[in-house]
Amino acid sequence: MTMKGGKLLAVIGEEDTCTGFLLGGIGELNSKRQPNFFVVDKETTVSEVEETFKTFTSRPDIAVVLINQNVADMIRHLLDRYEQPIPSVLEIPSKDHPYDPTKDSILRRAKGMFNAEDFR
Amino acid sequence: GSMRERCGLRVLNLKMSGKDRLNVFPSRMALAQMKIRLKGAQKGHSLLKKKSDALTLRFRQILRKIIETKTLMGEVMKEAQFSLAEANFSAGDFSSTVIQNVDKAQVKLHTKKDNVAGVTLPVFQTYNDGADTYGLAGLSRGGQQISKCKEVFGKAVLLLVDLASFQTSFVTLDEVIKITNRRVNAIEHVIIPRIQRTMKYITTELDEREREEFYRLKKIQEKKKKLRKQEEMKKNVTEDNKPRNIFEEQDEDILFK
Repeated sequence: MTMKGGKLLAVIGEEDTCTGFLLGGIGELNSKRQPNFFVVDKETTVSEVEETFKTFTSRPDIAVVLINQNVADMIRHLLDRYEQPIPSVLEIPSKDHPYDPTKDSILRRAKGMFNAEDFR
Repeated sequence: GSMRERCGLRVLNLKMSGKDRLNVFPSRMALAQMKIRLKGAQKGHSLLKKKSDALTLRFRQILRKIIETKTLMGEVMKEAQFSLAEANFSAGDFSSTVIQNVDKAQVKLHTKKDNVAGVTLPVFQTYNDGADTYGLAGLSRGGQQISKCKEVFGKAVLLLVDLASFQTSFVTLDEVIKITNRRVNAIEHVIIPRIQRTMKYITTELDEREREEFYRLKKIQEKKKKLRKQEEMKKNVTEDNKPRNIFEEQDEDILFK
């Protein structure tokens, strides 16, 4: 039975980003002690990020996945093909990487419907 | 194309591009049925077009909201990162403490359903569930900065949840609009022309039949006329082609037969 409520936000990001959002109160370990966040550092491999992304987007209890844009770039190929409406995948800036709308997979799908000026 | 005679029905069969018509026996009833079908297709077309227009309008509105919110989000995240840096400065690196103490989420999401032109769109709403896990964090050093950090990230979460709703609607609408437009085009460029071609075929056949009937009738009339004329001629002329003289003829005796 799927509950209408009780959905979580998930985070795939650098340590600072994860810490911040965990402080914000979104972190949870489920009954199997699985976390809804994944800390990415210099050692993290692309396949690890891919796996985490696939896991988070297939979990029925996760409604939103937050991902640092520079981490998103590592799995850009997956994001460009991602078509599920839920969970919603949001690209957010990180400490050293400001948000770049031209890289955002979702916005690129709407390319041609707006131009860069709209972001000024 | 090739023309084939088949069971008395003439079927025109051109290749691929759908220059075909429906396979019906050309009768007045069939014509009436086609008229009804045409009307139905036209009604369906205009309804779907209206749906597509309504959805596209909503789609553009949402896109604008997304752009607006994403820009705002950039600002809020900058603020959040800043407050985190400040907290780290005062309280030292507390990230491992935070990460290791994850238990139950305080912020959770409800999914509500919104409806636009017959399409259900999900809407996310946050709610608070349970106590703050990090309520006691950093009371000794930098407690204020950590609280501030919590607050800012909390604000960011609310904004991001709104953004997520918009984005989900966006993706859903994109798909539905594509499908609806495909159907509109199919009706406009395939189904309606096909029905119209069928109606044309039926009318042509009916006209042709009427002409044939007329022609046949005429021919019969002419033949009849000819026959009658011949009969008339026979009665008015004797064997050696002299005009008939009733006094010379022997009539049948009526009284004394």
